[in-house]
Amino acid sequence: MLKNITIGQYFPGETVIHKLDPRAKLIITFIFIISLFLIQNFHSYIFVLLFLVSALKFSKVPIKYILKGLKPIMFIIIITFVINIFMTKGEILFPIGPLEVTKEGLAHASFMALRLIFLIIGSSLLTLTTSPIALTDGIERLLNPFKRIGIPAHELAMMMTIALRFIPTLLEETDKIMKAQMARGADFESGNVLNRAKSLVPLLVPLFVSAFRRADELAMAMEARCYRGGENRTRMKQLKLEQRDVFVFVITIILLGIIIYFRYW
Amino acid sequence: MDNVMIKMDNVTYKYQNAEDENIAALKNISLNIERGEFVAILGHNGSGKSTLAKLLNALLLPTEGRVHVNNMDTLDEKRVWDIRQTAGMVFQNPDNQLVATIVEEDVAFGPENQGVAPKEISERVDEALNIVGMKEYRKHAPHLLSGGQKQRIAIAGVLAMRPECIILDEPTAMLDPSGRREVMSTIKRLNKEENKTIILITHYMDEAVEADRVIIISEGEIALKGSPRQVFSQVEKVLSLGLDVPQVTELAYKLRKEGIDIKSDVLTVEELVMLL
Repeated sequence: MLKNITIGQYFPGETVIHKLDPRAKLIITFIFIISLFLIQNFHSYIFVLLFLVSALKFSKVPIKYILKGLKPIMFIIIITFVINIFMTKGEILFPIGPLEVTKEGLAHASFMALRLIFLIIGSSLLTLTTSPIALTDGIERLLNPFKRIGIPAHELAMMMTIALRFIPTLLEETDKIMKAQMARGADFESGNVLNRAKSLVPLLVPLFVSAFRRADELAMAMEARCYRGGENRTRMKQLKLEQRDVFVFVITIILLGIIIYFRYW
Repeated sequence: MDNVMIKMDNVTYKYQNAEDENIAALKNISLNIERGEFVAILGHNGSGKSTLAKLLNALLLPTEGRVHVNNMDTLDEKRVWDIRQTAGMVFQNPDNQLVATIVEEDVAFGPENQGVAPKEISERVDEALNIVGMKEYRKHAPHLLSGGQKQRIAIAGVLAMRPECIILDEPTAMLDPSGRREVMSTIKRLNKEENKTIILITHYMDEAVEADRVIIISEGEIALKGSPRQVFSQVEKVLSLGLDVPQVTELAYKLRKEGIDIKSDVLTVEELVMLL
């Protein structure tokens, strides 16, 4: 059952958005986030919304997936919303107990909540349309110029690749150990929090031991296949910037421009 | 260029155990393996057969003696990568030797490390996957494949480095019978059609029967060597080393003991049927 889990939340597809160069997508998402934080008035959000909706439309990712991505942070959004309502001073609309709701508070709260929601949708669109392997590839190549100042670009990417590779393997193993312990009478589901945490010990210890053994064997196998770090290493897949990458990039820059314009003029 | 692929001269390998004692895993082993040969190395657990495998591509270095791979000394640090490229190695657990999340990326890992040009890597990946019969799985995720398929991908990963010699350290130990058959037929094809030198470390007798030559290691020493027929006809000796002989050979041996006139060096079912 654990075997069929998808890593990350990649939604496979062949659309323009999927085909964009991962480097371009990473930079575009970065610019998008910066422009979100530059916004200071509601009407700028119209452009952001336009940008997001068209990206969604082209990516053909079902709205359902986007909403599912929002669910886990709904709690944070609600908390920020509530705190902002009460903590902002201004024209009082109506009081609730010792607290009072202000007009400015309401405006500010919705403003913040919208910013968070757009932020999540934007970044999840990146992970939904880019496979984890393309993403690591993009990150490695973007970080490459920073190697000189000591950022280990290749090592970081290799670590991510290996982590992604071993997630399903370790999940499967967890499942196996759990069943083995259950067969011998272990109980993972009842009792209070403390008891449940305690019952995880016989699960985690063998899992860790096996993970270390796997790491050891993998290192040996990698060495046997001539792995010696990123030096002189080539890649089978070459990334190439296409016209569409430039096109989408220009659109994002225009968005940034509009937002800066509305902020300062 | 001579015909010797691997040459071991009086090799001893010692390691320190937890109590700081020096234990010799291999003692004074001398061995020649020729180009294109298919050699099976047998031995029970702890006999030193895995240590032997790791000495052959410089993952371990001999304490005494010399190991030469294609005339390169494994003690020569400058040649380590050439040696590993010449003698590729496949390990026991398929899960712990695959690096990437996509089959083709994993097969490309070796040549990428060697610094091969991107276009050629792609050709090599195609070729290697073709040889192991996994071409249609190029874009698959390895964790969704069967054990036998994963091991074939691991073999393809080694093949993509274009080695002359492939060392397989118990490649079928963790597989089910159908996976074992898949892997064994791939190994045989590598030897017969691709002319690769094969060193197969195993404890399955029916796999060793397929080899040109069998070497039995016991307590770090070569206990028996010769063609499978020569080795397995010495049923009592093999059994005394804590190993089995192939089932058919054992049956023939027992029949002979019961007074039925039959040759003692029977290796396959067909042979025995013909004899009976």
